Amino acid sequence: MEKKQREEDLDREVRQGLKKMEDRAYDVHEEREQAAGDVEAPYQPSEGSHPSEAEHHRDFRGSYNAVVDEVDKDNATRTLWSDAWGRLRKNRLAIVACVWILVIAVIAVTADLWVQQWLGSPTAIDSTQMSALSRLPPSPEHPFGTDTLGRDVLCRVIYGSRISLTVGLLATAISTVLGLIMGALAAYYGGIWDTIIMRLADIFLAFPYTLFVIVLLAVLGNGIQNVFIAIGILGWPSIARVFRSAILSVKENDYVDAARSMGASDARIIARHIFPNSVASIVVYATMNIGGAILTESALSYLGMGVTPPNPSWGSMIQDGQTYLATEPWLMLMPGLAILTTVLAFTLLGDGLRDALDVKMKDA
Amino acid sequence: MGKYIVKRLLQFIPVFFGVTLILFAVQNIVPGDPIKLIAGDKALQPETELQLRIAYHLVKTDGDGQAVDAEGNVTKNLDETVPTSTIEQYVDYILGLLQGDLGQSYTRKLPVSSILAQKYPYTAKLALVAIVVEAIVGIGAGMVSAIKRYSFWDVLVTLVTSILVAMPAFWLGMLLQLFFGIWLKSWTGGSFFLPISGAGGVNSPFMDWVHYILPAITLASVSTAYAARIMRSQLLEVMNQDYIRTAKAKGLSRSQVIVHHALKNALIPVVTYIGLDFGAMLSGAILTETVFNWPGVGYEIYRAITQRDWPIVIGGVTVIIVVVMVINLIVDMSYAFLDPRIRYGAPKEQG
Repeated sequence: MEKKQREEDLDREVRQGLKKMEDRAYDVHEEREQAAGDVEAPYQPSEGSHPSEAEHHRDFRGSYNAVVDEVDKDNATRTLWSDAWGRLRKNRLAIVACVWILVIAVIAVTADLWVQQWLGSPTAIDSTQMSALSRLPPSPEHPFGTDTLGRDVLCRVIYGSRISLTVGLLATAISTVLGLIMGALAAYYGGIWDTIIMRLADIFLAFPYTLFVIVLLAVLGNGIQNVFIAIGILGWPSIARVFRSAILSVKENDYVDAARSMGASDARIIARHIFPNSVASIVVYATMNIGGAILTESALSYLGMGVTPPNPSWGSMIQDGQTYLATEPWLMLMPGLAILTTVLAFTLLGDGLRDALDVKMKDA
Repeated sequence: MGKYIVKRLLQFIPVFFGVTLILFAVQNIVPGDPIKLIAGDKALQPETELQLRIAYHLVKTDGDGQAVDAEGNVTKNLDETVPTSTIEQYVDYILGLLQGDLGQSYTRKLPVSSILAQKYPYTAKLALVAIVVEAIVGIGAGMVSAIKRYSFWDVLVTLVTSILVAMPAFWLGMLLQLFFGIWLKSWTGGSFFLPISGAGGVNSPFMDWVHYILPAITLASVSTAYAARIMRSQLLEVMNQDYIRTAKAKGLSRSQVIVHHALKNALIPVVTYIGLDFGAMLSGAILTETVFNWPGVGYEIYRAITQRDWPIVIGGVTVIIVVVMVINLIVDMSYAFLDPRIRYGAPKEQG
C-alpha cells in the first residue's frame, strides 16, 4: 500500500512537473513568436537537434518539450556569430591570419613602450654617427639593416604598421558608414533617390581609382588624416551597392510590413530589422576593404603623397629603397614584405569570414 | 539592341559632365594662380601677363579677343580686367572640347591634345601586351587549377594568386627589376638581362619589344590573379551542370567535354572581366609607369597633378573617361554576343 501511495505521489509530482514544463514551453514559444521580427537569422537546426531513435518513441508532449529545450539551449549558446566562430575556428589559414593581425596590432599599439629602447628612434637622425650607420646590412643588432640616414629599418617598419593599420581601419570605417547611409537612402526610398545615388556611384566607379585618390589628395593636401579621408570617401560605392541589394531583398518581407504597421519609424526599421539581416556581408566586405585601403595607402606614400617625412610609412620606405635597389635591396624588400603579409592576412581573414558566415559574393 | 546602345550612350552624358565638372571645381579649390605656374619663377611684364590671361580664358573678353573691364569697355590695364567665373571657364572648356581643343598646358607650353597624342600610344601598347599576358596566363592557370582540382598545381595557383592580390603592384615591379635586371645580370656576367627602365628608342641596346616584358607583367599581375580565380570557379561550376553529365554519358572523353562543352560557358564572365580590365589599363597605370619610367599617359597625369598643371589633368582624365566608357559599352555588347540568353533592349517577359 505504502509503495502504491508513493508511486501515486511520484506520478503526481511528475505530472505537475510536466505541466510546469509545458506551460513554460508555450511561454517560450510565444515569446519567440513575438520576437520573430527581430531574429537575426532563421533558426537552422544543428546536427545535434535531430531527434534520436529513442526520442521518436516518446509521446508528443515529451518530444515537444525536448525540442523546445533543445531550441532553448541552442539559443542560449549558439547565435549566428557563435556558429560562425565555430566554423572559422576550423579554418586554419584564417586563424593564422587572425593571429598575425593581432600580433601586428599589439606591436603597433605598444611600440612606444619597448621599441625605441631596443632599436632607437624611427625618425631622429644622429648626424655624428650617420656615415658609420648608413645602409648597414641586416645583422643581430639591426635585424633588417639600416637606411641611408642610419635609422634602423625594423624600427621604421614597426612604426609604419601604425600608419597602415590606422589608415586601413579608419578609411574602412568612413567608407562603411557612408556606404550604409547611401545604400539605405537609395534602396529604402527608391525612385529619384535611388537614381541619383546610384548614378553618383557609377561616376565614382567610372573614374580610374588611383587617379581619383591622387586628385582628391591634391585638393586636401598631404598628411595622414587626408589619406584616410580620401580613401574612405572613395570607398563608399561598393558597400552602398551591397547594402542596397541586401535591403531590396528583405524590404518586402512580412516582418518589415508588420513592423511598419505597428508604427515603427523608417530609421528604426532599417536599424532593427534590415541591418541585422545584412550585417554578415557588410562585415566580410569591410574586412577585405581594410587590406585594399592599406594597399592604396602604400601606393600613395610611394608616390610621395601620403605621410609626410620623416614619419615612416611602408610605401615611402619602398620609395626610399628604390634608389638602392641594386646595392641594398633589403631597404625595399622589408617594408614590401610587411605590406604583403598584412594585406594577405586581412584577405585570408575576409575569405574565412565569408565562408563561416556563408555570405554569397559575386566573384571568386 | 540599337535602342539599348542609344540608351547607354545617353547615360554617358551625365557621367561625362559630372566628372569634368568635379575636376573643374577641384581646380578652383586648389590654391595657386595658374599664371604663376605658367611663368614659373620669372616676373612677367604686365602686357605679357594680360596676353596670357586672355589666351587661357582667365579674364572676360569681347568678340575680338580684347580684355574688357566691368562695364564692357576694352581695356589694356591688368587691374581693370574681370576674372571669369568657374562656370564660364567650364562652358568655354566644353565648347573647345567639342571642337577637339583640350586647352594649353601651363608648364609645357604645348596643346594638351598633342601631349596626349604623344603619350597615349605608349600606354595603349603596354595595355595591349598586358591584356594578352593576362588572358593567356589567367585563363590557362584557372583551367589547370579547375581541371586538376586539389592537385599540386591547384594549390600552387591558389597560393600565387592570393599573394599577387595582396602585393603592391609597384613592389612586384621592383622585385622583377631586381631579379631580371640586376641579379640576372651579375649571375650571367652581364651577358643576359632585361631592361628595367624606359620604353626603348635609339639609345637603348635592346629591341623595343624587350622593354615591354617587365612593365607588362607588372601591370597584368593583379588582374591575372583575379582572372585565374574567376576562371577556376566558373569552370568548376559549369562542370557540375546537367548538360556536362549528359555529354560525359554520351561517352565523350574528358578533354572533349571540357573543350567543346564546358569552356564556352565558363569563359563568358572571364572574357567580360578581362574586357573591363582592358578599359582600366587604358586609363594609365600611374604606378607601373612610375616604377619603369614609362612615358605613358598615367605618369604624365600624375606629374601634372603634382605640378598643378590642370589643363593636362582635366584633358587627360576626360579622354580616359570616354575611352573607358566606350570599352565598357563594347564589353557589354560582346557579352550579349557571347551569351545568346542575354538580349538587351528586348521586352522583359521574353528574357
